[in-house]
Amino acid sequence: MVEPTLSAPRVPASGIGGVRLQQAVRMMPTLLVVLVLAAAFGLPFLWAVLTSLKVPREIFIFPPTWLPEAPQWSNYIEVFRQAPLALFFWNSLKVTVLTGIGQILSASLVAYGFARFRFPGRNILFLVMLSTLMLPPQITIIPTFLLFKWLGWLDELRSLYIPPWFGGGAFAIFLFRQFFLTIPREFDEAAKIDGANSLWIFFRVLTPLSVPVFVTMGIFSFLGSWNDFFGPLIFLNTTEKFTLALGLTYFQRVVSLGGQATEHLMMAASIIMTLPCLLVFILLQRYWIQGIVMSGIKG
Amino acid sequence: MGFRPQPAANTGKPRRAIFARNPSMRLSTATREAIEGYLYIAPWLVGFAVFAAGPMLVSIYLSLTFYKIITPPDFVGLDNYIRMFRDDLFWKSLWNTVYYAAVFVPVSIAGSLCCALLLNQRILGRTIFRAIYFLPSITPIVATAFLWLWIFQPNVGLANYLLDLIGIEGPRWLDDIRWSKPSLIVISLWGAVGGGSMLIFLAGLQGIPIELYESAEIDGAGNQAKFWRITIPLLSPSMFFNLVLGLIGAMQMFTLAFVATSGAGQTRPAGGPAYSTLFYVLNLYNHAFDYWEMGYASALAWFFFLILVILTYWQLRLSRSWVYYEFDQGERW
Repeated sequence: MVEPTLSAPRVPASGIGGVRLQQAVRMMPTLLVVLVLAAAFGLPFLWAVLTSLKVPREIFIFPPTWLPEAPQWSNYIEVFRQAPLALFFWNSLKVTVLTGIGQILSASLVAYGFARFRFPGRNILFLVMLSTLMLPPQITIIPTFLLFKWLGWLDELRSLYIPPWFGGGAFAIFLFRQFFLTIPREFDEAAKIDGANSLWIFFRVLTPLSVPVFVTMGIFSFLGSWNDFFGPLIFLNTTEKFTLALGLTYFQRVVSLGGQATEHLMMAASIIMTLPCLLVFILLQRYWIQGIVMSGIKG
Repeated sequence: MGFRPQPAANTGKPRRAIFARNPSMRLSTATREAIEGYLYIAPWLVGFAVFAAGPMLVSIYLSLTFYKIITPPDFVGLDNYIRMFRDDLFWKSLWNTVYYAAVFVPVSIAGSLCCALLLNQRILGRTIFRAIYFLPSITPIVATAFLWLWIFQPNVGLANYLLDLIGIEGPRWLDDIRWSKPSLIVISLWGAVGGGSMLIFLAGLQGIPIELYESAEIDGAGNQAKFWRITIPLLSPSMFFNLVLGLIGAMQMFTLAFVATSGAGQTRPAGGPAYSTLFYVLNLYNHAFDYWEMGYASALAWFFFLILVILTYWQLRLSRSWVYYEFDQGERW
């Protein structure tokens, strides 16, 4: 696995060398640009958080005030009263977890098949599999919709979390396969000689050695289904089935019906939806970054 | 199950035993290996047939029919395609998508590269800056849309307030035909520039051997020469990767436009004002799931697929002339 050493960058050696103060002064413009960009990236968040803590009266005044007069933490409770946000949250969690398990399990097993077994047509099938990376979801969505309609899966969370159990997508298979190829075959052979069957080898030999790629795929899978809007929009119909991504637009419609300023609630709901992503990022930052870099280099 | 120990393996010389198998045994092992291999990839084979190949074939057929769900599909030949090329909204949506991709992709790649170059310097608190830059890309698109709808609020939004401070009267952003696409581009850039492509560039930068810069300096190369002659060529694989993925992603622009233009509060059809943000997939969605014109929408989908295939193929062809691989392709798989 490629170990991106993001924390230890190389700076082209400067001709001046050694003079610390001079270097610091030279860095000032750079630091200034870095700060301006950080403001551009961070400000919308800060603004959302500040807005989420205001009372309606404070929202539509010009010029806007930065800090709320008194932080209204109760807004974060209020959003759960205005719409079944907790239910949306639960639906999202259910879809995310079931998608994650299915995607990771099936993609890693399929990748194992491609990485470790010789069978007629393997290379062609692998190429076909890779080419589906380029397949836009829009081209299959209509027949899939009709299929789900026929199966009676429409307006069921099933329509979102069952398909990933069938292979888990080309990207996941590819990532797992590339990782498995870096594990020496001698490990398999040794286990085989000890009488292990292939499933045992997969779970006891390959899986423990592949923890990073499993975590990485877990993150990608989580992000993919947590943020998915297109799927729920097309397959789900009744409010009780909505995931958070779709539920947020419903929430927007409902709260705005009153005709009052509701931006503070919208911001609170948006932040609630972002929090799990933030949490995963903070906890698993290293794997996350490695995963992106890995897919970039090996893609 | 699959790999029961061979009788020969129990003789205490397992390594030799593997090579000493008689030919008929080897054949059956190979067959068994093949069967096992097929079993492992079976989930994908089923998934591919049911969720990819099957739907593609069905959608070819549907694109040649008139089909509004309630009645069975009615074969109409190429009518849907003819209608498509005569449809003003089809051309409008294609133009909007091309406009968006043509501005967004180059700017986001240049922006990511600049951010990577900046964060590759030895500056104070680099880890924190990297996290801040990365934060927008982990924000769900729906949340991003709401955040920016509020910032681009024409009367009391943060954007126009900040512009007001420096004496500029801000536009009406997403409510203005001239500004709606640029607004969406700004929002997309916010979510893309500091994200995955920046990380890929950073990793690329750190993979450049420092000796190259040193020897270039000995040869009297200045900063500019070093950047254009070393950094850029060695980053070209990362750039190519970001370009291909960025373009495909940009062409598929949907969620942000859908959420942001269906209105802050007021429910109005997505793609407005005056179809200025009606992107290709948005148009496809409207036809398929608003008007239930499955035949026409399938034709739209197939034409879209054709565009993407041509774009990707064209990029692969072009890449041969500008992407520089330090190692030969074999080593990079």
